[in-house]
Amino acid sequence: MSDWPLLSLVTFLPLVGAGFIFLFAQGGDAQADRNAKSVALMTTTLTFLISLVIWANFDNGTAEFQFVEQHGWLGGGIDYRMGVDGISLLFVVLTAFLMPICILASWQSVTTRVREYMIAFLLLETMMVGVFCALDFVLFYLFFEGGLIPMFLIIGVWGGARRVYSSFKFFLYTLLGSVLLLLALIYMYFEAGTTDIPTLMAHGFTAEEQTWLWLAMFASFAVKMPMWPVHTWLPDAHVEAPTAGSVILAGVLLKMGGYGFLRFSLPMLPLASDLFVPLVFTLSVIAVIYTSLVALVQEDMKKLIAYSSVAHMGFVTIGIFTFNTQGIEGSIFQMLSHGIVSAALFLCVGVVYDRIHSREIARYGGLVNRMPVYAFTFMVFMLASVGLPGTSGFVGEILILVGVYQVNTWVAALAALGVILGAAYMLWLYRRTIFGELKKEDLKQILDLDRREIVYFAPLVVLAILMGVMPGPFLDVLHVSVDHLIEQYQTAMQAASEAADVAQLAAK
Amino acid sequence: MYHAIVFLPLLAFLIVGSLGRVLGDRPSQWITCGAVIISALLSLLAFWQVALGGQAVRVDIGSWIVSGTFDVSWALRIDQLTAVMLVVVNGVSALVHVYSVGYMSHDPHKPRFMAYLSLFTFAMLMLVTADNFLQLFFGWEGVGLASYLLIGFWYHRPTANAAAIKAFLVNRVGDFGLALGIMAIFTVFGSLDFDTVFAATPGQVGKSFNFLSWEWDVMTTICILLFIGAMGKSAQVPLHTWLPDAMEGPTPVSALIHAATMVTAGVFLVARCSPMFEFSPTALVVVTIVGGTTAFFAATVGLVQNDIKRVIAYSTCSQLGYMFFALGVGAYPMAIFHLFTHAFFKALLFLGSGSVIHAMSDEQDMRRMGGIYKYVPQTTGLMWVGSLALAGFWPLAGYYSKDAILESAFAVHTGAGEYAFWLGMAAAVMTAFYSWRLLFMTFAGEPRASQEVMRHVHESPLSMLIPLYFLAAGSILSGVLFVHYFVGEGHVEFWGQAIFMAPGNDVMEAVHHVPTWVKVAPLVAGIVGILVAWQFYIRRRDIPAGLAKINHEVYEFLLNKWYFDELFELIFVRPAKWLGRLLWKTGDGRIIDGFGPDGIAASVLNLARRASALQSGYLYHYAFAMLIGVAALVSWYYISSGGGH
Repeated sequence: MSDWPLLSLVTFLPLVGAGFIFLFAQGGDAQADRNAKSVALMTTTLTFLISLVIWANFDNGTAEFQFVEQHGWLGGGIDYRMGVDGISLLFVVLTAFLMPICILASWQSVTTRVREYMIAFLLLETMMVGVFCALDFVLFYLFFEGGLIPMFLIIGVWGGARRVYSSFKFFLYTLLGSVLLLLALIYMYFEAGTTDIPTLMAHGFTAEEQTWLWLAMFASFAVKMPMWPVHTWLPDAHVEAPTAGSVILAGVLLKMGGYGFLRFSLPMLPLASDLFVPLVFTLSVIAVIYTSLVALVQEDMKKLIAYSSVAHMGFVTIGIFTFNTQGIEGSIFQMLSHGIVSAALFLCVGVVYDRIHSREIARYGGLVNRMPVYAFTFMVFMLASVGLPGTSGFVGEILILVGVYQVNTWVAALAALGVILGAAYMLWLYRRTIFGELKKEDLKQILDLDRREIVYFAPLVVLAILMGVMPGPFLDVLHVSVDHLIEQYQTAMQAASEAADVAQLAAK
Repeated sequence: MYHAIVFLPLLAFLIVGSLGRVLGDRPSQWITCGAVIISALLSLLAFWQVALGGQAVRVDIGSWIVSGTFDVSWALRIDQLTAVMLVVVNGVSALVHVYSVGYMSHDPHKPRFMAYLSLFTFAMLMLVTADNFLQLFFGWEGVGLASYLLIGFWYHRPTANAAAIKAFLVNRVGDFGLALGIMAIFTVFGSLDFDTVFAATPGQVGKSFNFLSWEWDVMTTICILLFIGAMGKSAQVPLHTWLPDAMEGPTPVSALIHAATMVTAGVFLVARCSPMFEFSPTALVVVTIVGGTTAFFAATVGLVQNDIKRVIAYSTCSQLGYMFFALGVGAYPMAIFHLFTHAFFKALLFLGSGSVIHAMSDEQDMRRMGGIYKYVPQTTGLMWVGSLALAGFWPLAGYYSKDAILESAFAVHTGAGEYAFWLGMAAAVMTAFYSWRLLFMTFAGEPRASQEVMRHVHESPLSMLIPLYFLAAGSILSGVLFVHYFVGEGHVEFWGQAIFMAPGNDVMEAVHHVPTWVKVAPLVAGIVGILVAWQFYIRRRDIPAGLAKINHEVYEFLLNKWYFDELFELIFVRPAKWLGRLLWKTGDGRIIDGFGPDGIAASVLNLARRASALQSGYLYHYAFAMLIGVAALVSWYYISSGGGH
């Protein structure tokens, strides 16, 4: 089985599904819509199963890329190369895991252009999985930017009232970053003569080159994360996006920035990464505290969770730039956990939005009286979001904090302060929506989770707790690859300092 | 066996929590009560084997978080200190479970309540059996969660919700310190296992490290950070504000969580870390000062409160202060002994007051009570037992533990010790006063309740009274039975390795040599307090009102709890919201968006509007045009770069 092109399969299977829908679910009637939905669900479920097969066959004991595929493509050092290592594997699984949930969550809430909607989502999945599998920079770039287009459409076509503004804001921000990333790509290609990612990692750019390349990439990844102060597209995009769009945005798209740092900035540009640590730490700490405070006063549920995402991503960037095992593994784990938890929180908002058509916090209150199962589900994710030990949120947070404490106690203390604020806004949100007396007339008829909703929430609840109590299987995937990454970084730093010593000696 | 002690309550929680509504009330109560009672009986066995038999045990469960050198396992550590805590936690929890069957009999959500109680018990057990700092933190936050859920149990009450959030957040402030302490411990020692860290502690004495750009003594910093966590959980000034508000929860919760077990977690933490605190005299002074201050402060506030549960809550806060200054002067056994006895009589007082509240149709204000001793004779008698034990009358439990604390504070002859001793003495007078004020206002005199309420006053059912009798037995006997082992001749053998006392720490010996007046003083303080209360509330009932009128400012100051809440509201809560709004509207809105995307977007949007007007809403097509544009852009870049090569 290992010689099957599993990665290509997992990447392009959704595309095949999309083509299938395009060709066969025509007619525009209810039957066609149902068919489109069924095909999408089957395709994404199958994709998820394949991703599990990949995980099952993955060897945790090596830092080499696995399941590698290579075919000539454009020539001149630009080939079709796929492969995963410990850093990317779980993102592939996460993406494939969230997709069937998204389809299920859209089952009834999307009523217009169902066929196109499903096609857009399947297209998006191909792009996202491709990002994490690509071992060629050009291929990566195509997937990375290509993912924007279906997302842009999803917000722009199936979004809320201000969808045009939001989708353009989203697009402008990310496009700005992309152009600079493209410049970096072109430069690297000219320098190294190839866009093969492992080769680029070993290439060894000069310190000055690194600085400029790092900044160019940073522009792109920082927007994707998003880091402060280029985060303002996120709340708007989330607010206007349909529920499943928010799920993917928070669950997967936000992880691409962090993945970019880990795949490109750190291993290819170690000297510059080291140089810019103060910048990253400063922006991240500001993000954690600033956006937590902003989240505290939000009146819109989705905006609140969006701002909390920015704060959580602040933790991630802090962890990545500690360059130690706990920090980096914590960051990856935090991204996975956030992928589950924030996705689930947006689904929670979606549940009540489908029923009442409002995201305004003040519009709710006392939901527990009518929706005990919903209240429980929401509670689990709220607690995971505030990083309660025993939930997935804790493992990432504590590892990042332990990692950064060894590097900079100020950052650790200020980030830990964000944890207090995080509890404040989430508990307050929960209290205002779920607890209290049920006073509003239309809420008195509201229905608890139905069977379809329970089906897609159940695995999320299980994972949020399982990853908190038994994170071993997830962390085990990371160890060797992360150690290898840190080794690369340390070797580069060592070489640089030796070179500096030699230069100093020569000067004498 | 040890697995069963810890995991039976979890199992009960999972079963009742998920299936409670299907199972119904009775089975839910049977399952949770049964699980915790078995757990309690096994705890007695564990106490017998470990504490009296002197064999500590460690049970491995599995690995938790592994990342590089950061390696933390799930494990149960049962040494003498844990064994004592097991008896306290499971003993009180089992009684409270049974009591709740009667107390919550009119509540529609019985399974949920029982499930929460079991969840709490599990988390508390994880805390006291932790073998490393991270598992301790797990239990620590877990009890915080259970406390949050139980305080807010009556979720339709806004005050209960507010109190629940406040409890969680104030505790988070403490946990902030604890978490930093844990990070510092890992950075310094490279491990979070108790044994490894404690063994390496002597090697760190006198060293310093950089924390927040400042060179600090390693052990002092770590200990103070840990202590900040303890202050939050154990409601020490100024992180005490959540505890009185937590009385919004049902009374069994107050007895279990906010008197006997969870709030003592801070005391447990410091005692557990005695091998670290012993090497930081500075941290111990801080502990002493904070403890003494809290003991005094909370007692003063307790003098004037009118809510029966709040009086007992402040009393708890005050007694925790005693435990802390005992820890601070190095008398760890005294502190744990007081923790042990206090659990019995404070739970008794809380559950007794619950019995009163139950009898008075949910009335909690003592100004509307009085004269009910005839109707609830058993409750009255039991409350007297609890109060006598609290005030420290021979031969009840408080006599042994509280006196030992005051004596040890005196015996160390340090400035901080003296400070704590005198404040503790003053608090002892006030303790007796407010306890008897409570007894007199509630049970004696003329009824002040409405006739309607008085007609329904009734003694509580057996399911509530039996736990009270058990606790009363504990309040009477736990002192005299265990004084030998905890703080007397047998203490060295009893505690074994569980509590560490540095070679220079001779407080256990020195308490035997304090002057006679120090030994008698607590008793005198108690009698004085009672006499004053009797004078005020039985003989001359006009005095309190007159005093309050004359010393109006003092009265208001005390009644408003020294204005801590108002102060925090002013310096933390309001600025945070104001800042949040400012950053949102001005920071994000005007500055970032204003200069950034909106400027650009405005022009694009203009275009878009025209386009969508043209195409009457066919945004889909427009977006598709964008797509093609981007694709063209990308290919152009790509082709030009490829061609250039």
